[in-house]
Amino acid sequence: MPAPEINIHHVAKLARLALTEEEAVHFHAQLTSILSHVDQLSHHDLQAEPSAHPTPVYDVVREDVPRSGFSQEEALQNAPRRVMNQFQIPKVVE
Amino acid sequence: MSLASSTITDLRQKLVAKEISPSDIIRDLASAIEQKNPTLGAYLGWDVEKALAHAEQADLTQPLGGIPIGIKDNINVLGEPCSCGSKMLAGTYRAPYDAGAISSLRRAGAVPLGRLNMDEFAMGSSTENSALGITRNPHDLERIPGGSSGGSAAAVAGDIAIATLGSDTGGSIRQPAALCGCVGLKPTYGRVSRYGLVAFASSLDQIGPITKTVADAALLLNSLCGKDPRDSTSLDVAVPDFTQALGQDIRGMRIGLPREYFVAGIHAGVSAALQAAVKKLEALGAIPVEISLPHTDLGVSTYYIIAPAEASANLARFDGVRYGHRSPKANDLLEHYMMTREEGFGPEVKRRILLGTYVLSSGYYDAYYLKAQRARTLIRQDFEKAFESVDLIVSPTSPAPAHKLGELKDNPLAAYLEDIFTIPVNLAGLPAISLPCGHAIEDGASLPVGLQMIAKPLDELTLLRAADAFERQ
Repeated sequence: MPAPEINIHHVAKLARLALTEEEAVHFHAQLTSILSHVDQLSHHDLQAEPSAHPTPVYDVVREDVPRSGFSQEEALQNAPRRVMNQFQIPKVVE
Repeated sequence: MSLASSTITDLRQKLVAKEISPSDIIRDLASAIEQKNPTLGAYLGWDVEKALAHAEQADLTQPLGGIPIGIKDNINVLGEPCSCGSKMLAGTYRAPYDAGAISSLRRAGAVPLGRLNMDEFAMGSSTENSALGITRNPHDLERIPGGSSGGSAAAVAGDIAIATLGSDTGGSIRQPAALCGCVGLKPTYGRVSRYGLVAFASSLDQIGPITKTVADAALLLNSLCGKDPRDSTSLDVAVPDFTQALGQDIRGMRIGLPREYFVAGIHAGVSAALQAAVKKLEALGAIPVEISLPHTDLGVSTYYIIAPAEASANLARFDGVRYGHRSPKANDLLEHYMMTREEGFGPEVKRRILLGTYVLSSGYYDAYYLKAQRARTLIRQDFEKAFESVDLIVSPTSPAPAHKLGELKDNPLAAYLEDIFTIPVNLAGLPAISLPCGHAIEDGASLPVGLQMIAKPLDELTLLRAADAFERQ
């Protein structure tokens, strides 16, 4: 099986993860080796329904009743930057 | 024997008899931690004053009344830091709430004491991926304690914790317990609330105890299990008194030996310890049965698609907006995300986020993720079929005893392959325990070997019954 083609910069952008050029080379090599290994799955006849999780529990909903959550202060206590009791992010709109 | 080196069971007897007070335990433990932790590096932090305040309030009529429990640092404890072994959260984040498992412990009278080191975001099997320090194996300080709950296991083995909580996504409770010579139990998927456990791979993660004895594991399990409406995957099923499994015999119990697990590549010392363990189970009246788990060889590949895929989604929350590290260098929002995550995450976390993003990305989903989900079904069906003819399955917990620090550091694939015996259990959602079963000699060092027992879903009673009988022999 040929090693899969990975565009590491594209994947890193999808993951919102900046990489140094050194990291890109390093991770590209490691991912190629890991993916070559996991590619063994394609050699098997996997005749089975896919399972997303191990227990037969589906569509769990809670009672539709109001309940309290964090106070504003609790929600904001870990914010790296806050302004006027809100989370602050870099400017998005010019 | 010092209080710090005691079991929950012993301490509870002394507490109830009023021979000691909860504060005596905390003080003894605090001095043991201060003395040994600089060498072992099991704890990232501990707050003795707060623990003493809680200990004085502890309700001694409760089953864990007055017992301090160390907590893996990916479980939220109100008002405490919760770093996940990562620069992303260290020094900036404090938990605004108690995790479901912590609420359960508090209700049972236990006192959380100390935050335990771990592989960053629970990704790894050696605790070397922690960004916050090295944890050493108490049996040989030049070796890893295993991981990802390495701090939780090293603290128990080093007698600087009475018992601890860990989390297990692919073996992260059982493998460090095996390598450090203690008892580690991963309950059935859904038994214990994950509310407030920082999510790694949500279809696999489970919280469980690391203890000195099987009886202590049963005691902790009694308090940890049960439905939590805040975790939609937690199961609404009856919780038995797990201590009723203790002191029983195992005559006639059918013990499955998977032929795929007893293969070449296992360390000779581990192999010998396992053979002796099977003989001992036989002597106790158990009946060994050779079984087959034919899709075993797909386990590692399946896991290293599913776990990173789920991790890449779960770790998207670390975006430098609501909590954690935030890059000071970014000029716009995209840069803010990309640089925050570049600066905050370590290499193993980046590797798995990239792997997970890749296998879920457009054009590759069917080739990797969907295939892995099909393989997962086959692995679960292997166990279902095996459990038609046996009550319990036994195997080594890890194919080798503890490696030297740094030995597998630059070879992630080799490290992943060592998870071969623990991973299928998580994929199938089964309960399993690791308990000490002897030693293997490696470079002149005598290192603990773990015996893994696996049971049917929700059958922790059988697991504990067999483990306790084995331990008492």
